[in-house]
Amino acid sequence: MPVWLDILIRVVAVLVAFLLLPLVVGQAEHKVMAHMQGRLGPMYAGAFHGWAQLIADGIKFVQKEDMTPRGADRPVFQLAPAVALLPYLLVLLVIPLGPGGLVGQHLDIGLFLVLAVISVPIVGVLMAAWSSANKFSLLGGIRGAAQLLGYELPLVLAAASVAMAAGTLSLPGIVEAWQPWWLLWQLPALFVFFVAGVAEIRRPPLDTPIADTELVFGYKTEYTGLRFAFLMLAEYAGIVVIAALTTVLFLGGWKGPFGLDVQLGWFWTLAKIAAVSFVIIWIRVAYPRLRVDQLQRLCWLVLVPVALGQLVLTAAVRLVM
Amino acid sequence: MGGVPGSGLAKGLAVTFGTMTRRSHTRQYPDVAPDLPPRSRGVIALLEENCTVCMLCARECPDWCIYIDSHKEEVHVPGAARPRQRNVLDRFAIDYSLCMYCGICVEVCPFDALFWSPEFEYAEYDIRDLLHEKERLGQWMATVPPPPAHDPNGEPAKEEAAAAAAAGAEGAAA
Repeated sequence: MPVWLDILIRVVAVLVAFLLLPLVVGQAEHKVMAHMQGRLGPMYAGAFHGWAQLIADGIKFVQKEDMTPRGADRPVFQLAPAVALLPYLLVLLVIPLGPGGLVGQHLDIGLFLVLAVISVPIVGVLMAAWSSANKFSLLGGIRGAAQLLGYELPLVLAAASVAMAAGTLSLPGIVEAWQPWWLLWQLPALFVFFVAGVAEIRRPPLDTPIADTELVFGYKTEYTGLRFAFLMLAEYAGIVVIAALTTVLFLGGWKGPFGLDVQLGWFWTLAKIAAVSFVIIWIRVAYPRLRVDQLQRLCWLVLVPVALGQLVLTAAVRLVM
Repeated sequence: MGGVPGSGLAKGLAVTFGTMTRRSHTRQYPDVAPDLPPRSRGVIALLEENCTVCMLCARECPDWCIYIDSHKEEVHVPGAARPRQRNVLDRFAIDYSLCMYCGICVEVCPFDALFWSPEFEYAEYDIRDLLHEKERLGQWMATVPPPPAHDPNGEPAKEEAAAAAAAGAEGAAA
């Protein structure tokens, strides 16, 4: 197979996953949330249990007028959704689906790249908030800055713990090194990474930058049409990315409960991503939004100390073994 | 609260998950007809023959949404000294854009000319079409459910008691 074809297939596969998985998660959110609240959710679009609801939504968004407020900083306002969305595409490129090079692009510093890139959407949030010339957007953006910068720290510390345990920064390498007993050993890091990840993608109950009951819709308030759809897609792509990272770092990626990892690796990875995405949806339904001060308290007084303790534990176990 | 720290969080997850495994409460209305409770107040039906134009309903209506027009007719009864007068209903209309479904008109009607019907699908694109004239009100009569059965532990209806008493008197006389 020529190199260019290989690259093309990988890029197209990542792009398809990037466009498809967020829609699946979004549809799952519609249905799971509805049933958790004793409702049915979408039932009409696509004739069978509303499976085409998000496609219909997408068509609706395309038809809507793409408005830019007069007072807005035009180029920044229009660029922000792309800045918020595209980094997730880049992250998906290095997430391994299965063993033996079943990954968009193998990188020895994959984890480093992921952690660096995953903080770029914060810039998109700030751009959207600042350029909207709207006080609610600005409040949301400032909250977002405080939240995202704060939660960056426990996220990185928890990921560092796994990297230290595996002795590599390569994501496939981490999965290779992963053992089932790490579930227990790295449990605090898993908890910290998951919570910080949910905060990082601004999902309820850690969605103070959006907070639709307080801030209209936070930094998304002034957006319409396709740009709004991109911001929403960024949220669901974020769920996929955080679920995939949790899977790869803490849940053993393609390693299944009974052998056959080479053949069924992709299935185990997808199943674990789906399970983690389900939990992200689940906590959205179950818990109310944290207040801004509670959010910072959780970050600095719970997650950061736990992550530091986990680092010490990981280092100690590594030294002993 | 109290107990183990975090038990509230676990309970929240348990409740939402439990709800997900149970059937949802949604009724898919346009596809599936709803089960209405007995004596649902959907629309008011008019049994024109029973109306004597006493105007009680129109006067009791809190928002004056019943319009009644009538004229008097002379009825010549053979053998009577003078012709009798009788009210003839010309117009009976209920404006459902005003009606608040209190049911006072049905309650006060002394001659059982008004009934509740459970039909509720008579929305219109033009508000003026919500004024139902007596022909339309009469058509609703077909949808009026039979009255509920008499409470077996209640006192017998007045009519029944009177009929029984009359039958008893006849039997005694015979």
